[in-house]
Amino acid sequence: MKARRTIGKWLVTLAVLHGIVVCAGFFAPYDPGEQDRKSPYLPPMRLHLLDSRGNLHARPFVYSLKLRDGSYGQYEEDTAEPHPLKFFLRGSHYRLLGFLPGQTHFFAAENARIYLLGTDAYGRDQLSRLLFGGQVSLLAGLLGAGITLLIGLCIGAVAGYYRGWTDSLLMRLAELFLALPWLYLLFAIRAFLPLAVSPLKAFFLIIAVIGMVGWARPARLVRGVVLSAKERDFVRAARGFGATNAYLLRRHILPETSSVLLTQAAILIPQYVLAEMTLSFLGLGVPEPVPSWGNLLSSLQQYSVLVSYWWMYLPALAMAPFFLGYLGLAGSLQERGEAYKIETRSLGNLA
Amino acid sequence: MKNRRAISYSRWVLPSLLLSLFVFLGHIAVAFPPQKSTREELLVLPGEVGRPGGRLVVSLRGEPKTLNPLIAADARSREVIGVMQADLIHINRATQLTEPALAKSWKISPDGLAYTLVLRHGLKFSDGQPLDADDVLFTFRLYLDENVHAPQRDLLIVGGKPITVRKVDARTVVFQLAKTYGVGERLFDGLAILPRHLLEKPYKEGKLGQIGSLATAADQWAGLGPFRLKDYVAGQRLVLQRNPYYWKSDAKGNRLPYVDELVFLFVPNADAQVLKFQSGETDMISQLGAENFSVLSRQQRGYTMTDAGPGLEYNFLFFNLNDAGEKTSPEMQRKQKWFREVKFRQAVSAAVDREAIVRLVYQGRGAALWSLVAPGNRRWGNERLPRPPRSLDRARTLLKEAGFSWTTGPNGESTLLDSDGKPVELSILTSSSNADRAKMAALIQDDLKQLGMRVQVVPLESRSLLDRVTQSRDYDACIMGIASYDADPNSDISVWLSSGGLHLWNPSQAHPATPWEAEIDRLIEEQMSARTFEPRKKLYDRAQQILAENQPMIFLASPDILAGAKNSIGNFHPAVLEPYVLWNVEQLYLKNGTGNATR
Repeated sequence: MKARRTIGKWLVTLAVLHGIVVCAGFFAPYDPGEQDRKSPYLPPMRLHLLDSRGNLHARPFVYSLKLRDGSYGQYEEDTAEPHPLKFFLRGSHYRLLGFLPGQTHFFAAENARIYLLGTDAYGRDQLSRLLFGGQVSLLAGLLGAGITLLIGLCIGAVAGYYRGWTDSLLMRLAELFLALPWLYLLFAIRAFLPLAVSPLKAFFLIIAVIGMVGWARPARLVRGVVLSAKERDFVRAARGFGATNAYLLRRHILPETSSVLLTQAAILIPQYVLAEMTLSFLGLGVPEPVPSWGNLLSSLQQYSVLVSYWWMYLPALAMAPFFLGYLGLAGSLQERGEAYKIETRSLGNLA
Repeated sequence: MKNRRAISYSRWVLPSLLLSLFVFLGHIAVAFPPQKSTREELLVLPGEVGRPGGRLVVSLRGEPKTLNPLIAADARSREVIGVMQADLIHINRATQLTEPALAKSWKISPDGLAYTLVLRHGLKFSDGQPLDADDVLFTFRLYLDENVHAPQRDLLIVGGKPITVRKVDARTVVFQLAKTYGVGERLFDGLAILPRHLLEKPYKEGKLGQIGSLATAADQWAGLGPFRLKDYVAGQRLVLQRNPYYWKSDAKGNRLPYVDELVFLFVPNADAQVLKFQSGETDMISQLGAENFSVLSRQQRGYTMTDAGPGLEYNFLFFNLNDAGEKTSPEMQRKQKWFREVKFRQAVSAAVDREAIVRLVYQGRGAALWSLVAPGNRRWGNERLPRPPRSLDRARTLLKEAGFSWTTGPNGESTLLDSDGKPVELSILTSSSNADRAKMAALIQDDLKQLGMRVQVVPLESRSLLDRVTQSRDYDACIMGIASYDADPNSDISVWLSSGGLHLWNPSQAHPATPWEAEIDRLIEEQMSARTFEPRKKLYDRAQQILAENQPMIFLASPDILAGAKNSIGNFHPAVLEPYVLWNVEQLYLKNGTGNATR
């Protein structure tokens, strides 16, 4: 009962986090590709309540940042005019979930641009890029994990259920995949691909590639569950009554794997988000100007950015709550799975 | 970066080849018994008098491949060879003019075909062996020998024929050109005069390509430059020592160079070079990017950073104007129909925000560019060339005139359509190792998006990029940069001429593909035989104008030459020409002379 409650908590947290990323168009103040060429590497603006004359404002506001004379990366606050934060303002066009057109943004400032997380080399809003980048990275993680689990489930179930040479062949193949240095494999695969890949194609390629690589571990876990489930009394009874293999697998055996699969999913998703980030960081992922978390971090490869613009690190922090959420969920799922196992085992003994 | 190097090599190579050729010829001339002369004619350099002693440490972006000028093709080897060898006539990197070097004077015959050079008295190689005209003859024989495959050979072919070299006496050599060449004496810059006593044997045995490796014993290698080989530690450093026979002195008559040792540390990348300089391991740094420059400027401790102003590197965008005939894919045919439309190219040029490139890519340390002659080239720019500011309206008008139109999508974004109603989509190649050009590409991508073009940026490893552009010619558009090796526009001749290998939008043409390319060819050929500055300048101005009208290259920006040195280094005057900080290496000295002055 307690496990279920913690699972619920983690799920709500994740749902909220994902909701924000899915509705990036609404929460982000600007279009992620929009370049404000007068403000490259602008540091995050501070939200004020007290203005320069010491007056208290009810509404938080920002001061615009001006380039210091003769410099190209040093800004100072222009305290002449406070720009209060306004909510639900109309701004750039976006489409929620890819089809719902909208123009209302959660927050913005009138007659000024507001950069709460600063800007990058082209003067693009880091906050907007972070939110839109999350869409790419998280979707890649979710779809990649989905593909992996599907492949893992099929291969694991077939191997565990039919045993014999099928089992040996598939499990050796799985070991081969486990032994592959997958990052280098990804490099090699990406090198074979055509030059000019549109962002959408590149995105699906990444998903396909990371999805295909990691099936070995879930397949082995599923196989273990199938092996034990196959020998359970109720399965034997059903077979005795003349149930077909397909029926047994579908009705009795695969449901047993659900807890393993869910736990695996919760572990794999953040792993795959990280994989996407690695690829994009190294320039093998989604091409600019489409943001992804890896793309956002890739400018840190330059020493000058590393030592000069601390806000370029922020995207690395942003993913922490997501990872915590997923790993917490995985922990709770595993706990529940173990509790469930103990329960059924004791029930079985009673019977 | 690499492309640029590759490109500038080939240019460089020619002059250096010429130089070496001269050197060889000099050797040949040595067949006559050398005059016994104890008199030395040192070249006296003006400027601050320094103090002798100490060692200078600089970093080199990786290990040089060779010390042998006959086979050196990479920038690192050239940089090292530059301080170990000397040429007959040298281009002063500060004034950008030619000045006497090993040759103390030269005369040009009235027809402009014969150059008579007189060598200095008492010249000696760094191993103490004397130099005379035979060494010069020998050097040029090597450079011109087809079996040697010296990269300098192409340079020494003027008017389709190799330069011939003749010895008059032990110190006088005559170079005969088949055709007048605008600035013949500039050819000699960088052409190292080689030691016949060391190279004759390997040359006869056909082993020239195998000598001059970095592992060569110090006494088996010699040159006429300010430094000679001392020690080499593979993968780490190359140590050079002062050449005691060097032929220059300061105003007080002290023989140069001042420092006892020059150490090149092999450092793999720009960021590592910055760290080494910051930590004080190296004394000077050059070829800095603007961002690293501002990192270093922000926390100057014991060193000073210098912005030498715009250099000779020009970055540009160009479209694929090759004519592959029937092999062209239908898609490429459709795209080339746009690219061949001059108004399309003009529209792209009008839409490019050069000012933003200078600000965002070079942090203001650069200059916007409208011509092939970079602003660092002070004498040759065409001041009357129009420098239109960015105008999207003008770009749209031009596109409309060329038959393009727009449709508006559901989100309010507009798409540019060609005269057949197809959307305009193209990809731009850039070198993946050059962050600056990748940034330019991202800015241009956004500029062109505002015209409704959908542009993809494709970063490619530089070798395959060059291959695609010059060999397979399978691309839409490309951003590249070239650094001229000399402040005379003739150094970019293979860009100008339609037959040139660096005529990138359509290289190595058998016949000029368009009337305007034919016109440029004619102007360039004509200036080649002009002997004085004014007519040449007029012809080049006209060629620049034609280029600006037709926009086969859309010029973007030219970065400043940025460098830095410890405050203890005297006579540090970075130039905008290669080698940016080592050009006056013989005059560099350590002010607080803590060095081991053991001389």
